[in-house]
Amino acid sequence: MAEPAASVLEVRGLKTVFRTRGGEIHAVNDVSFHLRRGELLGVVGESGSGKSVTMMSLLRLLPMPPAEIRGGQAMLNGRDLLAMSDDELRTVRGAKVGFVFQDPMTSLNPVFTLGNQIMEPLIKHMKMTKPQAEARAVELLELVGIPDARNRLYQYPHQFSGGMRQRVMIAIALACDPDVLIADEPTTALDVTIQAQILELVRELRQKLGMAIVWITHDLGVIAGIADRVMVMYGGQIVEQAPVRELFANPQHPYTRALLQTIPRITGDREARLKVIEGQPPILTAPLTACPFRARCEFRHDACDAVNPSRRAVDGLPIGRGHDVACHWHAPAGREAADA
Amino acid sequence: MLDAGPAPLVQVRDLKMHFPIYAGIFRRHVGDVKAVDGVSFQILPGQTLGLVGESGCGKSTVGRAMLRLYEPTAGQVIIDGDDVASLPPEALRKKRPTMQMVFQDPQASLNPRMTLAEIVSEPLDEHTDWSRAQKLERVYELMDQVGLNRRFVNRFPHEFSGGQRQRIGIARALALKPRFIVCDEPIAALDVSIQAQVVNLLEDLQEKLGLTYLFISHDLSMVRHLAQRVAVMYLGRIAELSPSKDLYARPLHPYAEALLSAVNEPDPELAARRKRIILKGDVPSPANPPKGCNFCTRCPKVMDICKTVKPDLAEVEPGRMVACHLYTSAAGSTGAPEANERNQQGETR
Repeated sequence: MAEPAASVLEVRGLKTVFRTRGGEIHAVNDVSFHLRRGELLGVVGESGSGKSVTMMSLLRLLPMPPAEIRGGQAMLNGRDLLAMSDDELRTVRGAKVGFVFQDPMTSLNPVFTLGNQIMEPLIKHMKMTKPQAEARAVELLELVGIPDARNRLYQYPHQFSGGMRQRVMIAIALACDPDVLIADEPTTALDVTIQAQILELVRELRQKLGMAIVWITHDLGVIAGIADRVMVMYGGQIVEQAPVRELFANPQHPYTRALLQTIPRITGDREARLKVIEGQPPILTAPLTACPFRARCEFRHDACDAVNPSRRAVDGLPIGRGHDVACHWHAPAGREAADA
Repeated sequence: MLDAGPAPLVQVRDLKMHFPIYAGIFRRHVGDVKAVDGVSFQILPGQTLGLVGESGCGKSTVGRAMLRLYEPTAGQVIIDGDDVASLPPEALRKKRPTMQMVFQDPQASLNPRMTLAEIVSEPLDEHTDWSRAQKLERVYELMDQVGLNRRFVNRFPHEFSGGQRQRIGIARALALKPRFIVCDEPIAALDVSIQAQVVNLLEDLQEKLGLTYLFISHDLSMVRHLAQRVAVMYLGRIAELSPSKDLYARPLHPYAEALLSAVNEPDPELAARRKRIILKGDVPSPANPPKGCNFCTRCPKVMDICKTVKPDLAEVEPGRMVACHLYTSAAGSTGAPEANERNQQGETR
């Protein structure tokens, strides 16, 4: 992608823990990343890798007694989201940052009409009058490709199919022209053909509106088709970060490599046997003092048990700007000496 | 459709599963959801047939109706010589050990109040008169087979991870040494890194025990990996039934083509180059399917004939069955005489 574009969002050292009866769960461990204007950042990881919690922490969408944000900064256009008061944050949610949730079936309120739900942010944040909001809502529904938008405004969520509801969710998220759109597994609950429709829609909207998008998914196939840059998360931290083509062509972290090998392809030769990542993802009951992937890693050595590797550049560019990886092991290609 | 090789273990002929809709204050029968509407296929022993399609296309219903978990509306399901669809209850009970099922959601399909040993040996309680020691021995044997540590024998389902739970479900299905197993989306609820473990296990077991699978899934790339032949379903009917390598190399039915083009390939170079067929709209309701071809409302290659005449599944190339007018009426929309003939067939339904 084109080089210099200012960051809309800059997150540094984010830590989130859940306090449960069984002890603390360290869900997000020192996560730093940035998002450039107009960029689509893919976040990949298995369930429990901390990808959703990271994004929800930014807007404090987590239930706060069990969850607790232990530290970090999240600068959105120069203002720290994590230091804002609740009132201030309310002017950001839905207005500056739109959120699309995974399950379109449960994230719309069944007792309000769609019109109601789309107009709510417009009236609250944009201070529109009702007729203005209504006109804008029709515009939005047309934007996301819902036919007969004016009449659809007065219908309830159950009158829409899954793909349609996800379009409506996107329309709501886009309502106030946000700078950042966070999409949390927006296509996971949908069938492949509907998924293809939504991905196509997002590509179109991005060209038209040029906002920055964070796209959370566990599906590397989706990422390959849509992202500019990818972060791979494991054990609540970023283990690898690179532009999309670089990541798929030259994966460095053993987890990323394994992940790419476990999924069968639809073209090319059929694999005789699928490669397996043995074992289970870690349960993060203590702060990480060693590499979270070591138990499942085929390149494990002493350093992995002693020190949790920090991110190091693969290509010499500053961390987060090029290709970086958090691993003690050096893939055959690059062979710099010791790690941080 | 005579096969030169071994006789098929499973033969399904014109299977139909209609669910009645009742409405109004008198709960009158006002129509049917035709979840499965005339499906036929066969599976050779030791092979895997993949059954793919979007949610609501009836693929799970096929699996359930085949094992008589639903009472099929019409059709035959011949498994190892007996027509399961018409067996009387006692004979059906005796037949059950040969045909088993692995369910989608291992969380929901295991009783949370039973231990692993109880879950896996329950089929043995029902179908054998073995002693407790014999049953426990078999449970251990099964645990070894599916790769569960014997120490876990008295644990409850919540103490296992998703992948391990699915292994328990597989062990339970294997308990009675079945010949045929319906795998209903067995990996859909699992994380990617765990999916491969379960798929490899299913393959190993197939090889070791000579199992025959019907593998129901919406994951087209996993089906390609597992199945020798694949049936693509749309709205209760089979659109295409082809050997796996032919289907993936060159899908014939427009729906199969669109479905395959919608799969996201984990390769950015390829993704940028690939031409996608984006289908418009949603799947119609199976309670009110379109007239003619089920797919005619979304088909990019729709012709006039498609809107009136239902295409039959016919062999258009050796080993490849397709239900589409593009291939059956050779001249496309000018296939009038044939259309007439088919129309009559359509009316006899």
